[in-house]
Amino acid sequence: MKQTAFYEIHKALGAKIVEFAGFEMPVQYSGIIDEHLTVRNKVGVFDVSHMGEFEVRGKDALQFLQKVTVNDVSKLTQGKIQYSAMCYADGGIVDDLLVYNVGGHYMLVVNASNIDKDFKWLQSQLKGDVQLKNVSDDFSLLAIQGPRSRELLQKLTDVQLAAIEYYHFKRGTVAGVPMIISRTGYTGELGFEIYFDATPVTGKKVWEAIFAAGKEFGVAPIGLGARDTLRLEMGFCLYGNDIDQTTHPLEAGLGWITKLDKGEFLGREPMLKAKESGLKRKLVGLTLPEKNIARHGFPITSKGSAIGQITSGTFSPSLQKSVAMGYVGSSYGEPGSCITVSIRGKDIQATIVKVPFLQK
Amino acid sequence: MKIPENVKYTKDHEWIRVEGDSGWIGITDYAQGELGDVVFVEVPKVGTKLFKGKSFGTIEAVKAVSDLYAPVAGEVVELNKVIQDSPDVVNKDPYGEGWMVKIKIADKNDLGSLLDAAAYKSLTGK
Repeated sequence: MKQTAFYEIHKALGAKIVEFAGFEMPVQYSGIIDEHLTVRNKVGVFDVSHMGEFEVRGKDALQFLQKVTVNDVSKLTQGKIQYSAMCYADGGIVDDLLVYNVGGHYMLVVNASNIDKDFKWLQSQLKGDVQLKNVSDDFSLLAIQGPRSRELLQKLTDVQLAAIEYYHFKRGTVAGVPMIISRTGYTGELGFEIYFDATPVTGKKVWEAIFAAGKEFGVAPIGLGARDTLRLEMGFCLYGNDIDQTTHPLEAGLGWITKLDKGEFLGREPMLKAKESGLKRKLVGLTLPEKNIARHGFPITSKGSAIGQITSGTFSPSLQKSVAMGYVGSSYGEPGSCITVSIRGKDIQATIVKVPFLQK
Repeated sequence: MKIPENVKYTKDHEWIRVEGDSGWIGITDYAQGELGDVVFVEVPKVGTKLFKGKSFGTIEAVKAVSDLYAPVAGEVVELNKVIQDSPDVVNKDPYGEGWMVKIKIADKNDLGSLLDAAAYKSLTGK
């Protein structure tokens, strides 16, 4: 089992540790709801060093990424970041990812659970002058998220953080440590993700500086449990739950990152066809009247017939109600429609709503 | 972790506190810690018959759902209204404010098969 540079810190903080994607990761510290609300109201720090990073270099790197990702990498100028997805030839999703134009080369940030699969897949697609390198073990990654995140980090860096737009990054130092400061996150809040040297000594230095600087803002460590409830309130997809190799980006509501007119790329043909003939199903948001939670795999029915399945569900700490996402046949997908979710044999009426659940 | 002496325990991490032929049922401190934040407790109506060892309700926590098993047979005579509005009392005070149902115990001989604090402590390995 792998550990991140912050493992000893998590243990000392009394975190509940679980196995996730081959890492021993903190799932919660004070409790999921408390941590969730800290991020919504103040600022929280997540260790997400388990995420994977690949470097893509070479003369044909752009061409390669245009082929293997669905977004238009030709628009990705230096200092910018793109949310994107990689698809198999049949349109099924290999993974969703971030693509950074670091200047001279690209960095891909992939899901921890998919690092090996993604790397092998990308290797199998290599063509021309492209060098692909898995540098996952070289980076620590912390996410600092919440309305006070900018004030907190600004105390530790000369980089003008207010000048970094959403999905942009700058290089600079935080607490004297060189890093990539990225205006991204998985929470829907103002926030940053910082990539730096993976040694535990550096990690401790950065972590301690952040918590000292953040004390006045009520900073707290946040585990994977709240990471999931935060992303779900925003309707963000989680690979393995809401998207996988059996779903394509269009039905997952990721049409906005899928640039069908950018030229040839893997998965384009089946998606063009699906678009022409009309999508068979789509990922929708649901709210439930009771506090029962509709969890992954629960059946969705309408008038007694199966029409789909829940992919993610939780109790929303901000909205104080049960929310879920799931695929339904396209004809059932209109916001305001009522459908039925079967929760351990009990039929519960649910309403289809637009995501994000939480309007920011 | 609290394991009070004045209640009896099941292997499924429920407790029952007995006074006369009345029993108050809840989940243990260990169980609430494992479940995490409780958001909903579903229990049957007053008058419902419970059967020893059978599921009679569910506890929804953010990360997981768990069945509630009856420590002994009996009939539900009162529900804890506090947990419907503030399910977090199950986390904060599992043996007190966090009780779930009060029952009229059908047969007090059932109590003999339950665990005492020492046996429950060794079960949880703490």
